[in-house]
Amino acid sequence: MIALQSYIFGLPWNWLDAIIRVVLIVLLMTLLVLGLTYIERKVIARIQLRLGPTRSGPAGLLQPVADALKLLTKEDLRPALADSWVFQLAPFAIFVPTFMAFVALPYAPGWGIRSLSLGVFYILAMTSVSIVGWVMAGWGSDNKYALLGAARAAAQMVSYEIPLVLSVVGVAMISRSLDIGKIVNDQGHIPYIVLQPLGFFIFVTAMLAELNRTPFDIPVAESEVVGGPFIEYSGIRWSMFQLTEYSSAFIYAVLGADIFLGGWNWPLGYHFGLWLQLLWTIVKASLLILSVFWIRATFPRLRIDQLMSFAWKLLIPLTFAQVFFNGLVLVYGWPSVFLLVFSGVALVFAAYGIQMTVRNSVRRPREQRMDSVRRWAEAREGAGQAPSPLVQQLLREERERAGATAAPSP
Amino acid sequence: MQQLEYETVDLNINMGPQHPSTHGVFRMVLTVDGEVIVDVDPVIGYMHRGGEKLLETLDYRQGIGIMDRTDYLGNFNGEQVYCMAAEQLYGFEVPDRAEYLRVICTELNRVASHMMFMGAYGTDAGVFGTTFTYGFIERERIQRVFERLTGERMMYNYFRVGGVAWEPYDGFERDIRDVIPLLRQGIADFNGLLTTNEVFLARTRNIGAITAERAIDYGITGPMLRASGVKYDVRKDEPYSIYDRFDFDIPTGTTGDCYDRYLVRLEEIVQSLRIVEQALDQLPATGPLMPERYPRMLRLPVGEVYSRIEGPRGEYGIYLVSKGGNKPYRCKIRPPSFCNLSALREMTVGEYVADAVIILGSVDIVLCEVDR
Repeated sequence: MIALQSYIFGLPWNWLDAIIRVVLIVLLMTLLVLGLTYIERKVIARIQLRLGPTRSGPAGLLQPVADALKLLTKEDLRPALADSWVFQLAPFAIFVPTFMAFVALPYAPGWGIRSLSLGVFYILAMTSVSIVGWVMAGWGSDNKYALLGAARAAAQMVSYEIPLVLSVVGVAMISRSLDIGKIVNDQGHIPYIVLQPLGFFIFVTAMLAELNRTPFDIPVAESEVVGGPFIEYSGIRWSMFQLTEYSSAFIYAVLGADIFLGGWNWPLGYHFGLWLQLLWTIVKASLLILSVFWIRATFPRLRIDQLMSFAWKLLIPLTFAQVFFNGLVLVYGWPSVFLLVFSGVALVFAAYGIQMTVRNSVRRPREQRMDSVRRWAEAREGAGQAPSPLVQQLLREERERAGATAAPSP
Repeated sequence: MQQLEYETVDLNINMGPQHPSTHGVFRMVLTVDGEVIVDVDPVIGYMHRGGEKLLETLDYRQGIGIMDRTDYLGNFNGEQVYCMAAEQLYGFEVPDRAEYLRVICTELNRVASHMMFMGAYGTDAGVFGTTFTYGFIERERIQRVFERLTGERMMYNYFRVGGVAWEPYDGFERDIRDVIPLLRQGIADFNGLLTTNEVFLARTRNIGAITAERAIDYGITGPMLRASGVKYDVRKDEPYSIYDRFDFDIPTGTTGDCYDRYLVRLEEIVQSLRIVEQALDQLPATGPLMPERYPRMLRLPVGEVYSRIEGPRGEYGIYLVSKGGNKPYRCKIRPPSFCNLSALREMTVGEYVADAVIILGSVDIVLCEVDR
């Protein structure tokens, strides 16, 4: 009897179970991406005083399907000088980690593909692996824009991994668990956004950076590197990138909803049936996703050096401070309102600090700006070449100006 | 162990002519050291259509159509300067009503051009299309009026040597008076969307700054020069047409960076709307649109003339040489954005790759006018 049950079609039962779950994830990802692209296009179109897709299907509902069909039937182009293996493997290297991160995502109590006791750790680890695919795509494409985009992506995603993880660590410390289910159940009355407002905002910021969304869409910047690592991709490979992009947006949104917004808990600890709980998680996740779309429609893009200094000079110290203070509160058993006080005060100061820094930013001296140019020109002279006449003239004027400031006229 | 010798080569990035943010078919060959631009080689000429040569083969009436096609965002301004050059050479007295109509058209065209700049500049800075649609919707309001006035959306061909072609339609004034408050609202929208946005500030302030002396050396004119702090505007310094009858200010910046250029253009929209309102108030209800004694075939006397106006991008000049006859012997256009573009290398060297896009956007080039 037991033998019969555990072997179906000659395979052990858990194999079939695993296959069913994998198929479920793939279906979920595809449907999600179809839905999300439609919603994004509609939402952004409304913000931009446009209508968005209206032609295919009722209210343009079939537009994503039409897009998907177009992408599937498109010719699979590959640059002649591309590094063939790297180029072809890159979409998978991005796709598979995202796919695997889906495994540990819970939507309602006991509702998920797998409930892992290290769920948060697993998801964050998996989503950060996809950076390898970005670099592969950038390197393999044999395109300078792609290379530049990949270099930016590597710098950005590695930097923002730290504040992202640390902001989640703050929550994990309070909950004393890395199991997403337990973290959600701990927020029966008070979601962690109340205790950790700073952590939540850092999470959302880092999430935008990890997703390469505006204002951190530097690796794929349309007006600078024209799509970055994806510039040479087309057809089905490009659609895999697209699939990954929206899937990871969904992953981060559900993760944020689960660990900061209380997941499937209704406010004030009311208990409802499974479907309403599921709906509640999705509503919270949708709020996060919609805010991502909203920010995308209204924000300009940061520059790479501003992005890096934002992460290393502001977000990482703040998250460390928060982790440290959480530790103090938890070790000495102070009331949890202290968590809120510290986090809130730090958030207000951070916001004020950003505003002041931007408004009072002093002019970057021209000498400093020309420094790297001078170094480059010297290196070129060493190699027996000379920069263009105008650059030489600029450097000469720079020297004269420096001489003039060194010896002020009487 | 074998010592490997590596040679460091410069990474040249070819930006354009097919690039979303080079505003047409402009090409920049950037030499980058990491993310820092150490040299930039601007390449122009992809849009060259021999416009100046073409003008020599067309008579003065037909030449106006070519002027439409040089600066396709400030068409009326192009028509105006060409007509003015021919009028100066012949000695036409342009009727008052025609002058007012010209001022209304050119100023509204300046507003439309600057609105377009606002939209495109936001896109350069990385806003996903929102500023673009906002800019376009404001431009569209003006375009609608122009379309009803001239029958065309871009290539108006409405001015004539000596005046304007036909009477404006009934309700022309009312339409413009309706549009002006909406445009003011549009400026408020841009203030909310870009002017006070921290990311926009961080991206545009202290970027691509050029000092007043260097700007004058390069022959930069228009909003770029005024952003550097030089209060120079042909409409004030050498009032042509009837600009001495209006009360308006010349906005200037202080540092000459990209943000100042943006602010100067935003303020210029306000001033242009002021001029339009005054012109509408003073517009004579009736009157001729062309000089009374007008030859059947316009032949200019032998001579040469340089006339200039303040276009949306700067001083738009025409050097017209006539050897008699109904066609110009030589018609040299001084295109403002071509001259402004000459400072690109000085502004860009030493900045980051991402800033090259912002700086190029702040020049507000129109490639048809650069290449002619």
